Amino acid sequence: MAHDAGSASITAPSRAIEAATSETRLARAMLIAVALGFVVLFLLLPLTTVFIEAFRKGPAEFLAALRDPETFSAILLTLTVAGIAVPLNLTFGVAAAWAIAKFEFKGKAFLTTLIDLPFSVSPVISGLVFVLLFGANSALGPILQSYGIQILFAVPGLVLATVFVTFPFVARELIPLMQEQGTSDEEAALSLGATGWQTFWHVTLPNIKWGLLYGVLLCNARAMGEFGAVSVVSGHIRGQTNTMPLQVEILYNEYNFVAAFAVAALLALLALVTLVLKTALELRYSDEIAASRRH
Amino acid sequence: MASRSSTRWRFRQPSVIPGFGLALGVTLAWLTLIVLIPISGLIWRSSGLGWSKFIELTLDPRTVNALTISFGTAFIAAVVNLFFGVILAWALVRYRFPGKRVIDAMVDLPFALPTAVAGIALTALYAPNGWIGSLLEPLGIKIAFTPAGIVVALIFVGLPFVVRTVQPIMEEIDKEVEEAAATLGANRFQTISRVLLPGLLPAGLTGFALAFARGVGEYGSVIFIAGNLPYVSEIAPLLIIIRLEEFNYAAATAIASVMLLLSFFMLLVINMIQAWSRGRYGYGS
Repeated sequence: MAHDAGSASITAPSRAIEAATSETRLARAMLIAVALGFVVLFLLLPLTTVFIEAFRKGPAEFLAALRDPETFSAILLTLTVAGIAVPLNLTFGVAAAWAIAKFEFKGKAFLTTLIDLPFSVSPVISGLVFVLLFGANSALGPILQSYGIQILFAVPGLVLATVFVTFPFVARELIPLMQEQGTSDEEAALSLGATGWQTFWHVTLPNIKWGLLYGVLLCNARAMGEFGAVSVVSGHIRGQTNTMPLQVEILYNEYNFVAAFAVAALLALLALVTLVLKTALELRYSDEIAASRRH
Repeated sequence: MASRSSTRWRFRQPSVIPGFGLALGVTLAWLTLIVLIPISGLIWRSSGLGWSKFIELTLDPRTVNALTISFGTAFIAAVVNLFFGVILAWALVRYRFPGKRVIDAMVDLPFALPTAVAGIALTALYAPNGWIGSLLEPLGIKIAFTPAGIVVALIFVGLPFVVRTVQPIMEEIDKEVEEAAATLGANRFQTISRVLLPGLLPAGLTGFALAFARGVGEYGSVIFIAGNLPYVSEIAPLLIIIRLEEFNYAAATAIASVMLLLSFFMLLVINMIQAWSRGRYGYGS
């Protein structure tokens, strides 16, 4: 009894201090349980389902589904479209960040808002605008058609829609980073006699390389996974204009679930690789990528 | 000198850094070609419809229903995400538990996972024969192929927005504020509800608005689980596609313009929240 009372009087003050700025153990456990439950229910279970459904009939069926020529051409098309769209937006992103972060000019805030615009437009509308621009009943479509240039239901349309949707990614990552870094490094290089391009290649680019990689990573994930915008402009010609996400839809609607989830598993794998690389960049180079982590 | 340069209107401040013309030129050209011309095309097309036709098309019952469903489900999903997102962010910032790093990284999964993949995975889970669906069916609860399914898909899609806007603000909370509240006799619940949560309100609202805006336009993850019954579980983006497939460009354009208008309005609201938050709380991005 006496011993109990003594230990209580010793531990009581520290307990009281801890209770003042943190929750009780019970509240803490409950909040963690709610948070974990939410993550498991809405993130972990869907992700697991993709792989379980893909391997439901064994690895042989999984591989057979991926060897299907139409699926194979969908994979190739996705790589082609992302391979064109990502470098285009990379170039644009660097140029936009250079103009916005390194200079002070009128209308800068407005320009930044315009660059962010594609993020607030529904993917379906992002596709629709190109149908209205190049479709059969538009002004441009028939003219281009007469020269034999096919935009819609072909690779150019897919690339345009993808570029639109992934437009802000690289710029958005680089602008805050380059603003933080300022212009003193470049000014030093210029005063030592470097040309503009030399300054860019040897001073600016090494400073922003991890942030650039981060932006490209996110841009690529979205480019390869885009569904709505691409769906509107693709025309769903089998083996020709179906990207991987569109192929998932077609296989799924044909009740070919194993094949649909097999292609989906490849895309989920891409998402996981993206997340791992992204996290690694955040941990290793947190100072050299922009502080803002939302997209 | 100084007074002269400050009174004279300049497009840009002088700088020794080269390449302004090239960089801005590339930016403006690309922006115009990829974003501005296509978007103005849509606006031009819808203004070509004329007011009466535009009103008639947007007041079509099926369109009104689809818009109501899109905005309603997105709103419910954003509310759910606001509630659980704040708790999740709090757990990630304040507590230590096994697997925290992995869960923190997992929060971004909806950004990285293609929406079509999320759509078929959620459908497989919540269908009557799926893991979760089969548990709910004896209770008479149906998720897949009902509006509830749309909400589930939109919770998945919007989940990172609230967490990622609230989390950095929580990390910067000064412990001294909490200590002061406790010293003045507030219990923990009072400290959280009266001191901490009001400071998180602007970030929470921004996250909510971002999740809501994303949910309204979402297509890929929804169409598999929704069931797509007209007037019941048909979302506005799907109706645009249906009208396009019927070659009814006028109707597709009208629905798209309404959605575009409403998302611009959302963007305005988000900017206003952030401006207000900068003045009131000293943060906002």
